[in-house]
Amino acid sequence: MVKNVEDVVIQMLCRMLIPLMQVYSLYVFAHGHGSPGGGFQGGCIMAAAFIVMVIAYDLNEAKRRFREKALLIFCCLGVFIYAGTGWAVLLLGSNFLDYSFLSKVLPADPVKARYYGMAMIELGVQITVMAIMLSIFLDLVTKGEHEKALEE
Amino acid sequence: MKKLPAFIAIIITGILLIYGAEDFPKWSDPNQPASLHVSPRYIEKTVEETAVPNMVTSILADYRGYDTMFETTVIFTAGIVVMMLLRRPKKW
Amino acid sequence: MLEYIISKYNYWMYIVIILIGVYGMMAKSNLMKKLIGMGIFQWAIIFYFMSIGAKKGATIHIVTGHHGAYEAVRAIEVINPLPSVLMLTAIVVGVATTGISLSVLISIYRRYGTFEEDEIIKLLSEKGK
Repeated sequence: MVKNVEDVVIQMLCRMLIPLMQVYSLYVFAHGHGSPGGGFQGGCIMAAAFIVMVIAYDLNEAKRRFREKALLIFCCLGVFIYAGTGWAVLLLGSNFLDYSFLSKVLPADPVKARYYGMAMIELGVQITVMAIMLSIFLDLVTKGEHEKALEE
Repeated sequence: MKKLPAFIAIIITGILLIYGAEDFPKWSDPNQPASLHVSPRYIEKTVEETAVPNMVTSILADYRGYDTMFETTVIFTAGIVVMMLLRRPKKW
Repeated sequence: MLEYIISKYNYWMYIVIILIGVYGMMAKSNLMKKLIGMGIFQWAIIFYFMSIGAKKGATIHIVTGHHGAYEAVRAIEVINPLPSVLMLTAIVVGVATTGISLSVLISIYRRYGTFEEDEIIKLLSEKGK
């Protein structure tokens, strides 16, 4: 895992830093309702954790932990969750994205159902933003030629 | 060569913009038009209509949730466009 | 006179940053520097909108109290949350624009081998003949 002698300090530091960043991004997302935070902010911090892994270690290490196929699926999954919540409310008999009708499915009163609807769509936003930031970074860093960069 | 006309154009634009900034409301004025029409309603009713104490999240995800959905679509489209422009797989 | 300057100097600062960005886009001939000028322009606009939401003597826009017992708020002692919300969208659109423009720049470099706009125009006119 350790390639050169000069990289030891950076790699040891990132070994402690990357799990902390990932847990912090989930904390920022989960506390979006009561303190500053939310979907966009948590997604950017999670993408930053993987980008630090690419910079400190090798591109192979980051690709081993987050496969390309999983990245593409995550891109579409977030938008699907967001629009899917809107569609589910439409099927329950109300306007698009009117979360108070989710109280028919979830065990909550109509005011609290808006709280849960907001949490679901923020999850969709976080997944999409994280996957797209990582995908744009990988494309720009390897100039599109992923196989040639992985060989080196 | 190209820098002198650009500089003159910038100075003229700057003078016009500073002259137009006289009509803007004072900084941190409580009675400016941006804080008067729909914003007090969002501030006062955010806990009783949606049980969320953070006003930015309740506006972003509930009152203006449609815009946030299309913004997620915009960032998704940008990722797809970068993939389309740049990728050259080895085995075609 | 001093009161006039204090009430309006934030707009003058944003105008100066806008002018720096536009000068970078117009006068520099390297394509990368033009992109940086566009980025500076974008952030100046975001700063301007965020400064609209300030109110004198007001506090942050999060209701205090714990679950089930939130305190009542009056609109005059809370800063305006709407510009912050709209600027979240604007920042994400800025990120999308920067990513796509950088990928277009990589494509231009692959094709012409240079970033200077004078040489690109010369190569284009030679190809046309």
